[in-house]
Amino acid sequence: MTPLLETRGLTAGYGDFRALFGIDLAVLPGETVAIIGANGAGKTTLLRAIAGVLPCAPDQVRFRGDPVGGLPAEAIVSRGIAMVPEGRRLFPSLSVEENLLIGAHGRRAQGPWTLDAVYGLFPVLRERRASPATALSGGQQQMVAIGRALMSNPALLLCDEISLGLAPVVIRDIYRALPRIREGGAAVVIVEQDIGQALQVADRVYCLMEGRITLTGAPAALSREAIHAAYFGEAA
Amino acid sequence: MIWLDTLVQGVLLGGLYALFAAGLSLVFGIMRLVNLAHGDLIVAAAFLILVLVTWLGLNPFLAALVAAPVMFAAGWVLQRHVLNRTLGPDILPPLLVTFGLSVVLQNAMLQGFSADSRRIPAGALETASLDLGPVSVGVLPLLTFASAVVVIVVLNHVFYRTALGRAFRATSDDLTTARLMGIRPAGVFATATGLAMVVVTIAALYLGMRANFDPSIGPARLIYAFEAVIIGGLGSLWGTLAGGIIIGVAQTAGAAVNPEWQILAGHLAFLIVLLLRPRGLFPRAFD
Repeated sequence: MTPLLETRGLTAGYGDFRALFGIDLAVLPGETVAIIGANGAGKTTLLRAIAGVLPCAPDQVRFRGDPVGGLPAEAIVSRGIAMVPEGRRLFPSLSVEENLLIGAHGRRAQGPWTLDAVYGLFPVLRERRASPATALSGGQQQMVAIGRALMSNPALLLCDEISLGLAPVVIRDIYRALPRIREGGAAVVIVEQDIGQALQVADRVYCLMEGRITLTGAPAALSREAIHAAYFGEAA
Repeated sequence: MIWLDTLVQGVLLGGLYALFAAGLSLVFGIMRLVNLAHGDLIVAAAFLILVLVTWLGLNPFLAALVAAPVMFAAGWVLQRHVLNRTLGPDILPPLLVTFGLSVVLQNAMLQGFSADSRRIPAGALETASLDLGPVSVGVLPLLTFASAVVVIVVLNHVFYRTALGRAFRATSDDLTTARLMGIRPAGVFATATGLAMVVVTIAALYLGMRANFDPSIGPARLIYAFEAVIIGGLGSLWGTLAGGIIIGVAQTAGAAVNPEWQILAGHLAFLIVLLLRPRGLFPRAFD
């Protein structure tokens, strides 16, 4: 099967500081891939480079076979890659519903996700639709951020640290939405610091350390020791 | 009843200042761009209307209707191809470029129209007035004020009730995330400046019918517009109207005491508001 998303030797960074050193990664259609790694391993940088927020060379990112590396973010989303950014980044002057509607700007094709479908996925958002987005609880804000990304009907959904700073019961609620997102046909890339959570939902896992992939495979095939070594380095 | 008359005239004058300021407020609110050529663009639009009135014999209001889409297109092109390049983390380039644009516009108009004072002929409207019991008000100032209110109602509607306004607010909140959602900022900014130029055209219509203008008066209009925006609180359109009214009332009150004090009184009112409420009367809740 040809991969939906493929990176080849992806390098990216901030100015003179390089955060990624040649990442080779593939995501198959409909697959859920988790990227784990310690703070500063380059997980967020990787998502930002794929989403077009950080510059990279055209051939380093391929989507459906087309070179898309370095395209502006607004062009990437209209090709079908949507991002749930780290820290949610909701628009404070927009209501919950307006935040969701903004997500539809990048819509390229008809698909399962409409305002009603997102409200069906997260019913609490329908009740709070007129509230300012930032008046919601952290978990509800995360639901808005996920719903907003879904509104573009992406073929690939990038989720950056969607459990960060949330209570375990809230995290469970949010992860409960994942199977339905997959039923809609989207492949999902999840960046997580919570390894247990990542292993539970992912078809495949990549572990990053200091800007390089140190381990990859299906969760069942990876031993605790191998993950520990890939996560913290051999010396740890 | 002289004080009541002064108050009414001041409020109506405030409508004109609010019209000067609304476009400035819109552009600043969306892209944090301070357009130092705003006053000169108003004067340029007034010349455009004057040309349409004198050459084609159009009624001034009809001429403004023709000028508005022209100004929209000019604003769109200006933003898309010049001002967008200046936007970034550094706030100095847009100031320098719009200052340069101001000088260029003034000199181009001086070349094209000479330094003579002109006026857009409005016929009987120039002197028409309404007797409202204790005070008598000019129809033209009344129309000016009504237009300012309509402009602000319409802009607020666009801002808070339409998809375009949603994109304006999202882009203003967080440019990077807006792009992640598929918004193209270059087009959003160009549309915003185009819209501001339509408001500029309306301001130019009333400026030109009310008083004489020549190529050099732009910067002085810019000062009143700035003061109205800052008194009102950055980003609030109704605040901008309130700011315009405060300056207008202060000016007519000053002039009622001594005609020499008119301009000074407006600036003093601005300074007092700045001392008491440095963020303006109706600042936005965040940023």
